[in-house]
Amino acid sequence: MTLQGRGEGEGEGRGHGLGQGLLAGPSANAAAPDATDGDVVAIPLRRPWRWISAAVVLLLVAAFAFSVLTNPNIDFAAIGEFLFDPRILEGVWLTVVITVIAMVVSTVLAIVIAAMRLSSNPVLSTVAWCYVWVFRGTPLLVQIVLWGYLGLLYAKLSVGVPFTDVVFWQVNTNELISAFVAGLLALTLNQAAYSSEIVRAGMVSVDEGQHEAAYSLGMSPLYTFRRVLLPQAMRVIIPPMGNETISMLKNTSLLSVIAVLEIYTQATVISSQNLKQVELLIVASLWYLFMTSVLSIPQYYLERRYGRGTSRNLPPTPLQRMRRAFAARRPGPAPAPETKAVSVV
Amino acid sequence: MSITVPTTDSATPTPTRSLVEIRRVRKSFGAHEVLRDVSLAVPEGTVTVLLGPSGSGKSTLLRCINHLETIDGGRIIVDGELIGYRQVGHTIHEMTPKQIARQRRDIGMVFQRFNLFPHMTALENIVEAPTGIGGVPRTQARTRAKDLLDRVGIADFAAHYPAQLSGGQQQRVAIARALAMDPKLMLFDEPTSALDPELVGDVLDVMRELAKEGMTMIVVTHEIGFARGVADQVVFMDGGVVVEAGHPEEVLDRPQRQRTRNFLESVR
Repeated sequence: MTLQGRGEGEGEGRGHGLGQGLLAGPSANAAAPDATDGDVVAIPLRRPWRWISAAVVLLLVAAFAFSVLTNPNIDFAAIGEFLFDPRILEGVWLTVVITVIAMVVSTVLAIVIAAMRLSSNPVLSTVAWCYVWVFRGTPLLVQIVLWGYLGLLYAKLSVGVPFTDVVFWQVNTNELISAFVAGLLALTLNQAAYSSEIVRAGMVSVDEGQHEAAYSLGMSPLYTFRRVLLPQAMRVIIPPMGNETISMLKNTSLLSVIAVLEIYTQATVISSQNLKQVELLIVASLWYLFMTSVLSIPQYYLERRYGRGTSRNLPPTPLQRMRRAFAARRPGPAPAPETKAVSVV
Repeated sequence: MSITVPTTDSATPTPTRSLVEIRRVRKSFGAHEVLRDVSLAVPEGTVTVLLGPSGSGKSTLLRCINHLETIDGGRIIVDGELIGYRQVGHTIHEMTPKQIARQRRDIGMVFQRFNLFPHMTALENIVEAPTGIGGVPRTQARTRAKDLLDRVGIADFAAHYPAQLSGGQQQRVAIARALAMDPKLMLFDEPTSALDPELVGDVLDVMRELAKEGMTMIVVTHEIGFARGVADQVVFMDGGVVVEAGHPEEVLDRPQRQRTRNFLESVR
């Protein structure tokens, strides 16, 4: 029965409806129809606590904002002054460069480690397991300092044949491993351990039948990996990798311990001169917030790209949603005329 | 199409050339022997239906034919070529993945669970192998793919992703995908077992059509009606051996062995 059937169709509609039809019996007939039958309005439960809790939280937020904005100890002019200071901008640039290089190299390394871990060769899979065990099991800060001290451990680095005197190329460690390179190494190697587990989870998530289907069509293992497995694994890999990229961006601040001049180090260097520590931390934080916000945009579109085929309909992008919202405001075609149709069960 | 009637003894030569020859194939999973000296010949242009209870080794045998499973002994020959191995004297050595991939291009396979690539549309599923590994130009492959989709009766669904298709439609895309490589032989591994009953007919119709066109097919199925109507040869397997093989009327209506009779009773 549809609502349009109300009124004229009432007597006819009742009893033909599925619900009533099933209930029709002595007990259903016994319930006498009363005067309000037919136009009962349903009122949802009132929820006063929603309003009260919202008001309390808003009040607390307002109080905090007020206390910050009216704080005489914060020099807001200094924040504005240093936000685009050339040293800060240099720091921002270095942070971005380190993040990009470390993420790209670590992802390549992660794919290799994941492939080793999944390989049927016990030596390769054990080595991969140990790599993850070591780099995931020690603090990043410790690893960064350790790489900074590499020159103490190995005075010279050389390329040659292991266990022989054959050396093709040799260099003093401290010349090659600057603070920048040491920091990059530390972040990359540490990240590869985490990323390899993400890549492995993605590979494992692809159904075994996909290999078989690809092989039965005559695809080689490498082609199968590239065109069939990886695109499907990406769907599982991308959301956590987005997270990892954001943490990488923030973890670059740890490189301040080996004096890499990224944004946090730059901010502390400036504040050690003008003693405006809080203001410069706010400057750095604003930049971090801006950069992490920007990073979440490509993640959204990558997720959409690799989500193809998994859900029946992809959700609209923010841009599409905006267009639709505007379209909805314009007067649309006249609504369909009301019918008195009673749906037939 | 001339229908050859292989005799129950598959070792005797048949009038037409055998496209597939399986000779004394052995296969174990650990201590469990799945195939024990299985021999079988499939003449070109004929349909062979493999019947048998689950665990009888029929699916494994099918998967050995395109080397999705390795074998422990015996030989599988498709169109005069030893599959998956090179023979050196009295032993056979496994080929490299690349060589095996080359052989598999001529053998199409359809799976129980369809195994379509979920990130590609129906058309992309079909076009992928011919363009990616077969070297067919993209436009030509797309035209061919549309023809194939039309042949299996789902031309309107070319742009749909597998998740947007019913089981029967997905299986027909899977058949079209296998056909796109112009295989000499088609293997069907329980192609209708995962389908809702009302969708089974559509897929069987496509397979019937294919058989009529002279495609050599080996089909693992429980559809006795299909076996009776389409098969040139029915092979009943149990416990890793061929119990009985022959013309469908012989095997299905006048089974010689008690095991075959019991099985046919249970599926009827």
